[in-house]
Amino acid sequence: MKRSQIAPVFKREFLGYFRSPVAYVFLVVFLVASVSLGFFVGQFFKANLASLERYFVFYPWLFLFLIPAAGMRLWSEEKRSGTIELLFTLPITTVSAVLGKFLAAWLFLTLAILLSFPMAITVGYLGSPDWGVVAASYLGSILMAGAYLGVCSLMSALTKSQVISFVLSVLACFVLLCLGWNVFSGLLTSVLPVPVADALANFSFITHFDPFTKGIVDLKDVVFFLSLTGFTLFLNVAALEK
Amino acid sequence: MIEVKGLVKNFGSKRAVDGVSLTVRKGDILGFLGPNGAGKSTTMKMITGFLRPDAGSACVDGIDVAVDPVGVKCRVGYLPENAPAYPEMTVEEFLGFIAEVRGYRGAEHRARVDRAVGLTHLGPVRKQTLETLSKGYKQRVGFAQALLHDPPTLVLDEPTDGLDPNQKNEVRTLIKSMASEKAVILSTHILEEVEAICNRVIIISRGRVVVDETPAELQARQPSARLDEIFRSLTQTDQ
Repeated sequence: MKRSQIAPVFKREFLGYFRSPVAYVFLVVFLVASVSLGFFVGQFFKANLASLERYFVFYPWLFLFLIPAAGMRLWSEEKRSGTIELLFTLPITTVSAVLGKFLAAWLFLTLAILLSFPMAITVGYLGSPDWGVVAASYLGSILMAGAYLGVCSLMSALTKSQVISFVLSVLACFVLLCLGWNVFSGLLTSVLPVPVADALANFSFITHFDPFTKGIVDLKDVVFFLSLTGFTLFLNVAALEK
Repeated sequence: MIEVKGLVKNFGSKRAVDGVSLTVRKGDILGFLGPNGAGKSTTMKMITGFLRPDAGSACVDGIDVAVDPVGVKCRVGYLPENAPAYPEMTVEEFLGFIAEVRGYRGAEHRARVDRAVGLTHLGPVRKQTLETLSKGYKQRVGFAQALLHDPPTLVLDEPTDGLDPNQKNEVRTLIKSMASEKAVILSTHILEEVEAICNRVIIISRGRVVVDETPAELQARQPSARLDEIFRSLTQTDQ
């Protein structure tokens, strides 16, 4: 794993988004969908609060569909078109290739998230929000996007079909999401002993994302997202090397 | 120099490559023949480090691909079957990417790309995206990519596939001109190609080497027959 090997893969992948209409379509859909959810479902204006909590609260649900859409092609496309053979007969290690592609996609998602900045400007103009909370929400969103993307990258490495990759990613992310969704975790508590249900809820995106939207940056949440990302990327390398 | 000893690869219960051994020295152009599915591509994929052999070893310049895959990949130029490439990139961007991965920066980076473009006559299309190119040009891009780092070893999987007769001739001339300082292994279906440029021929059938000799020796087996007739009689069991 050398930086000199990761950089070219990273650069090609990142610019690759912008060489096709994919990037622009994705950015527009992401922003329209996230803002619509915040306004129409989250009652952003009616709430009359100088806070972005009602905007960010929908991110775990939005990510459930949009990140698999962005990540499904990562490895499936290389497998289908045969370029994986080209990539892995170049002098780079599997770890470098996985990291290069992952980081490029993560940066792209980060860009999409940060492009929602007019929302922050709006609350800043209309009221005086707690900027620490806003910053924490952005940090949490970016970390959570990495974890979602790790799952999607792994699923994408398992198949050459982008459709299968998308469906598997949504399913896997849905499970990780539901464990902490109060409707579902309420159900779990009624079936399983409370400590077990609590332990399962600990593996959820929502459980670890919520504190960020309230301005709490807890080390254990940061570690959760980073270790989930690391673990899925480790499996990703193993899946490609098998 | 390529040394392959007892290479075996199974796909599920099917044995695709069954104990292939071969040696390609500097100056050799080895023609690798066999019916479809005989194991040519699989053998090449193991030499270049894309597939891991189930048994046996493949060494390039004394480096075992199982021990130091990156070391082998630095010394090999590989043209995979159908010359896969990223369709949304231009020729220049694509070769630039290859040069970067191979560690070239700055002026050397540009010189390498220019040289590869020149060798394969890609000048007129260097600003075009790969998806807009004809099959012949795509094949040449694959070639340019394999030659970019001037490797001591070339592994070419059907390098003239899909080219018109003029382009085929051009590619053969190019391979021949480089052969004196390289070890080249190329797979093909075209027997005249073997006669035209190869100084050795290996025929494999059902994953095993059935012939390893010079084209003249192959012809001498049945002096009156055409090469494709000899090929058919040697590989007929492959149905």
